[in-house]
Amino acid sequence: MVDNEVKSILFAGVGGQGILRASDIICMAIMEAGLDVKKSEVHGMAQRGGCVISHVRYGKKVYSPLAESGSIQTLVSFEKMESLRYLKSLRKDAAIIVNTEEIYPPAVNMGDAPYPDDVIAFLKDHYGKVIHFNAAELAQKAGNIKTANVVLLGAISNLMNIDQSIWQSVIKKSFPEKLVKTNLAAFQMGIAA
Amino acid sequence: MKVLMSGNEAIARGAYEAGVRFAAAYPGTPSTEILEEFSKYDGVYAEWSPNEKVAVEVTIGAALAGEKALAVMKHVGVNVAADPIFTVSYTGTNGALVIVSADDPSLHSSQNEQDNRNYARFAKIPMLEPADAQEAKEYIKLAFEISEKFDTPVFLRSTTRVSHSKAVVTLKEPKKYEDKTGFTYNADKYVMVPVNARTQRVEVEKRQQALKKFAETFSENKMEINNPDVGIITAGMPYNYAKDVFPNYSYLKLGMVYPLPEKLIRDFASKVKKIYVVEELDPFLEEQIKAMGIKVIGKEIFPYNNEFDPGIIKNAIEKNAQGAVSPYKESLSPRPPNLCPGCPHRGLFYALSKHKVYVHGDIGCYTLSYMKPLEGLHSCICMGASIGMAHGMSKALKEKGKGKVVGVIGDSTFLHSGITSLLNMAYNNSDALIIILDNSTTAMTGMQEHPGTGYTLMGKEAKKVNLKVLVSALGIENIKVIDPIDLKATRNAIKEELAKDGPSVIIAQRPCALFKRANIKPKPALKVDPDKCEGCKACLGLNCPPISWKKGVTKEGSKRKGISFIDETLCNGCGLCEQVCKFGAIS
Repeated sequence: MVDNEVKSILFAGVGGQGILRASDIICMAIMEAGLDVKKSEVHGMAQRGGCVISHVRYGKKVYSPLAESGSIQTLVSFEKMESLRYLKSLRKDAAIIVNTEEIYPPAVNMGDAPYPDDVIAFLKDHYGKVIHFNAAELAQKAGNIKTANVVLLGAISNLMNIDQSIWQSVIKKSFPEKLVKTNLAAFQMGIAA
Repeated sequence: MKVLMSGNEAIARGAYEAGVRFAAAYPGTPSTEILEEFSKYDGVYAEWSPNEKVAVEVTIGAALAGEKALAVMKHVGVNVAADPIFTVSYTGTNGALVIVSADDPSLHSSQNEQDNRNYARFAKIPMLEPADAQEAKEYIKLAFEISEKFDTPVFLRSTTRVSHSKAVVTLKEPKKYEDKTGFTYNADKYVMVPVNARTQRVEVEKRQQALKKFAETFSENKMEINNPDVGIITAGMPYNYAKDVFPNYSYLKLGMVYPLPEKLIRDFASKVKKIYVVEELDPFLEEQIKAMGIKVIGKEIFPYNNEFDPGIIKNAIEKNAQGAVSPYKESLSPRPPNLCPGCPHRGLFYALSKHKVYVHGDIGCYTLSYMKPLEGLHSCICMGASIGMAHGMSKALKEKGKGKVVGVIGDSTFLHSGITSLLNMAYNNSDALIIILDNSTTAMTGMQEHPGTGYTLMGKEAKKVNLKVLVSALGIENIKVIDPIDLKATRNAIKEELAKDGPSVIIAQRPCALFKRANIKPKPALKVDPDKCEGCKACLGLNCPPISWKKGVTKEGSKRKGISFIDETLCNGCGLCEQVCKFGAIS
């Protein structure tokens, strides 16, 4: 279906990282760019420290908010090891953006399980495009550690064909006045990362 | 105007656009946001009722007064509300009544995955099922139109994937509200004594026939003839999944899943060579279509359980068992949801774990305490069940069960459906201990108000029920109120109440750590003194997110193999670990 190629992005991470906000912002940008978009996530338990994922799909006409397993073009992982959890969903030539921040799951915290130490090397061995950086550190530089999600948006904007002016206007609309400047700075950090 | 909206936001918007100004609900994932959103529109009345049965009764009352009324609940909430629903199907609705059932295929946050389309057939109530947010907005309007036209309650069924996915939605000018309220006396129609109910029973069948006819030309039962080799009959979200992977097949998409348009289905069957029925959970459409004598393929290739996705449908039809695989073969440590740092339930369940008791649990955040290491629960069935189950077990065990049977229930859950069972405990006198975990809010679904919070959904101050007085009024004589963060007092209270004859209630009172209105000022984060820590791991038994284990930090003259560590960015200083540490290493 060349006339209606639907693209899929998977956001993954841990409850509290601002994943749902980030995927909302990207959807608004896509909408402003004149395309159809759908996104899907599961609420409920996320606030209690569980895994969070959000599918974003866009194109001329989107039916399913969920992508077929093995068809996703881009993974944005908000936590290092979480990137490994969803590789089944990706195409073999997928691009992966990874925040190298580590958040230990309970079993690792308790000393009962190891935290995988070969994540980036493994990803690089299997996928053509792997972009990795510590989004929390960049967010800190931008002025607020909580803007790590917007740093990651900056990084993914490099892979999308959406005008800078649209991103700027959508970010402005998404935050209260006093937080806009820091978030715009965080977005630029992500573009440069 | 086009906006990005979730299915739930769209249902609220659609109701508002349709001129609906009256709604009632009890919160429950994935339905909660519908009433939260609806309550924000101008000129509406929206309430959290204490449970779904009350919510439906409230909306029936409003409908009999001439209003267009909306009742909202999660799938299991319909079980609670089933009694009035089955009989309002007989009386009809005068104004209009739409009941939203938000089902949860895959049990993302539910205790079962029942398919509530069965309720439509069972209660003889028509049901619409939208496939995305735009349809959700339109279908809720259509549901009200059908309710008004046929004098019937109407179900709108959503699923988690429709409720919680977002799509581009076109907004319309809201219809102006017309006040049609007033008294309509018609006792023969609304008093369901046998003689009247027998008459209405016949009316229901007449209505069923009229609705079947209506379904044949209903605008949202749509046929798309493309490739005539394969036809797919489907409804709701699975339509989108199927279209995603098989855009060229022919489709019959049913916007109304009950009653079914038989002629339309026969017409579709005559136009395609092979038919698949694509539906999540029960073979609801499939069995009815097979009963028409039409050959279709359904559950012999599609799963009975869990939600679908495009890949599941593609693999089933193409008989490709393999599907996608991950190159990463190691197992990854899971991230189960946990009680938050500073959660008042943690103290209670830690104290309770020191007693050898059987604990009947209930529905709420505290259900998470069943996991290791707290292992706080031994059963959990449904909203309000803990008290009745504790009473029943205590009665059955007689002397053996004395001092050993406990039921735990949250404040919102107790007010939802625990009151009558506690009344029963006092009346029929058992020895069980009930602990009401009063965190001042409905925490699991995101801080909704209830009769014990002092506020309504609309943000107005309200009468606040006093749990202690209520429990006492039900006939319970042994009542203690404690702060569950005080471990010693909690442990002692449990010990004393377990030893007593007859029913006891402990009210463990402390607001949820995330509850903004409680304005809990976090205390400074606690620290582990590496010189004092003996590595006994007692604090790890609390399963508190900030506490972790650092292997290999040894100490001269000590057998310790590591020490505990507290992440100060997560800790809110509740002090539980300080009470648990025998070496005074945490302060």
